Amino acid sequence: MKKLVIVILGLLISFSVTTSYAKDVKIGLMTTLSGGGSHLGVDVRDGFMLAMEQSGRDDIEVFIRDDARKPGVAKKISNELVQRENVDIMTGCIFSNLAMAIVPSLVRQGIFYLSPNAGPSKLAGDMCHKNYFNVAWQNDQLHESMGIYMKKSGLKKPFILAPNYPAGTDALEGFKRGFDGKIANEVYTQLGQTDYASEIARIRSSDADSVFFFLPGGMGIAFQKQFDVNLPIFGAAFSFDEIIINSVGEAAIGAKNTSQWAYDLENPTNQAFVESFKAKYDRIPTLYASQGFDTANLILSALEKAHPEDQDAFRAALRAANFNSTRGDFRFGCNHHPIHDIYVREVVTGEDGKPTNKLLGIAVEDHQDAYADQCSMDWK
Amino acid sequence: MSLSLILEQLLNGFQLGITLFLMASGLTLIFGVMGLINLAHGSFYMTGAFVTAWVTGMSGSFWLGLACGVLAAGLIGGVVELLVMRKLYNRDHLDQVLATFALILIFLEGTRWIYGASPLWLNIPDILDGSILLPGGVVYPIYRLVIILIGVLIAIGLYFLINKTRLGMRIRAGENDREMIGALGVDINVLYTLVFALGAGLAGLAGATIGALQSVQVGMGEPVLILAFVVIVIGGIGSIKGAFIASLLVGVVDTFGRVLLPSFFKLFMEASDASTIGVALASMLIYLLMAIILVFKPKGLFSAND
Repeated sequence: MKKLVIVILGLLISFSVTTSYAKDVKIGLMTTLSGGGSHLGVDVRDGFMLAMEQSGRDDIEVFIRDDARKPGVAKKISNELVQRENVDIMTGCIFSNLAMAIVPSLVRQGIFYLSPNAGPSKLAGDMCHKNYFNVAWQNDQLHESMGIYMKKSGLKKPFILAPNYPAGTDALEGFKRGFDGKIANEVYTQLGQTDYASEIARIRSSDADSVFFFLPGGMGIAFQKQFDVNLPIFGAAFSFDEIIINSVGEAAIGAKNTSQWAYDLENPTNQAFVESFKAKYDRIPTLYASQGFDTANLILSALEKAHPEDQDAFRAALRAANFNSTRGDFRFGCNHHPIHDIYVREVVTGEDGKPTNKLLGIAVEDHQDAYADQCSMDWK
Repeated sequence: MSLSLILEQLLNGFQLGITLFLMASGLTLIFGVMGLINLAHGSFYMTGAFVTAWVTGMSGSFWLGLACGVLAAGLIGGVVELLVMRKLYNRDHLDQVLATFALILIFLEGTRWIYGASPLWLNIPDILDGSILLPGGVVYPIYRLVIILIGVLIAIGLYFLINKTRLGMRIRAGENDREMIGALGVDINVLYTLVFALGAGLAGLAGATIGALQSVQVGMGEPVLILAFVVIVIGGIGSIKGAFIASLLVGVVDTFGRVLLPSFFKLFMEASDASTIGVALASMLIYLLMAIILVFKPKGLFSAND
């Protein structure tokens, strides 16, 4: 009798062990799919799901949720995904304030978080964590690179402006770190402001030789349409994605912007990505779509090596970043943020008469964010 | 600060004021004549902008788009009055707020459903694109000047409509004594629908002209609506004259506040701190203005029902 019990128990245990090895992977993709800024979330989702579909793996389950750009909603949904659905990996946040609300507690619970967009300085610096990876960029990187590029281009006195909120002040600080020179004037506008007449008047009466701005979403559209001063304009890709420059129209032509990716970047991974994205969704992908695609491919490359439940092995596989990125060379710094080339693009008139981005060249090679030193992780 | 910069900022203030006036005149008429608090007024602003962008995109003519936008806003205003507002006149103000807030949500989701979440494409017509040199050395965008001009013409038109025509007489009578004008045989229902459609059409005009300058997107009307409420409270509820003067006042105070306050704090503070505090204070300035005016004139500058 005793032997029989042991045999049955043994069988049960071995059975449960084998099932846990064949276990599915669960990924929570929570992003902004409604309200202001939803075109970013939609593109991240579409890029991510495109990569999942191309992988052909049917043992990965993706739970797609909408955070409606509200930190409270994000918190609730992420708890639900962890507790009810038992996800192994979370990803998706577009906005830094939402990422700050959910990431620290998720990674402490042993969930892997891969950011496809938001890259707040805290998570790159002293709050870096072994389970947190950023596949897009640290928030300052594109601004800082534009500062370096403008300095190199021989510009002397830029007029810089951004909305008065944390990402806005970070943007201007990042720019000044890169530019490291005299600034004509530094102006903070209201968040959500739509009329820039008085700022434009100040630009006109200043002795600036160029304008750098960070005005995401509708703010950037309004500013560029109203801007009528004969000065070159510069910014990060956030104000010049394909959807925004289509809304701005002709006024955007000639603007230069920094991006870690461009749709006309010549590498086989990217060309295949752009083509398949266009075929599936019938539109040109934005940088957000490329970030979603990269995030999914990084996860897939790590899953080849280990299941997320084997935390150390899975983390090592993520750190190796052994996947083909749409942006070309890609590796992680010690704080799990990318070290990559930052490109400059110019807005030109496309073949269909609508504005589009054209790759000009590299602004900064192998750029690493400024907060890596503050991170105490040491695995390299 | 040079004289030309001051003049340019003054024009900017007027242009903002004129836009507010187009919104506030309808709002104040509707409140004055029907005693109705209409939170959904911003939705007509949005409707005007979206229809203008849509028709302009299809036909290629901004002016045709503008006409369609204004008509559509007026028409939808009339329909909303017939279907919803009519049931609210005898209700409490709180019921009106609740019902018109529901309308805001319906319009927002409806617009998102029809046009999608991304902003639409509407450009300034070619002949109005560019800037001209005004006396005093001011370079100013032509389109903004035209907006000011349109607003002034509308204000003059409204003045004649209210003071010199039979319809205007009925509107004034409606403001003073609603029951009496009904007893005298005027069809009050038609009058109400007309006034409501007129107000909605003006809001649509504001949205369409501003849409070309800013961006045509879901929820664009609500920030303007808040300012328009400040304007009608300062101007005195029900008074077109009050709305005109108050909107110019709010426009100029807001514009100069945003320019001058940060420079003022820069005199004794570090640049980035001064900018932060200045911007924060500037956004409060018009509410301070409203509070101060209400202390001395509790019913606003030109209350119609004194």
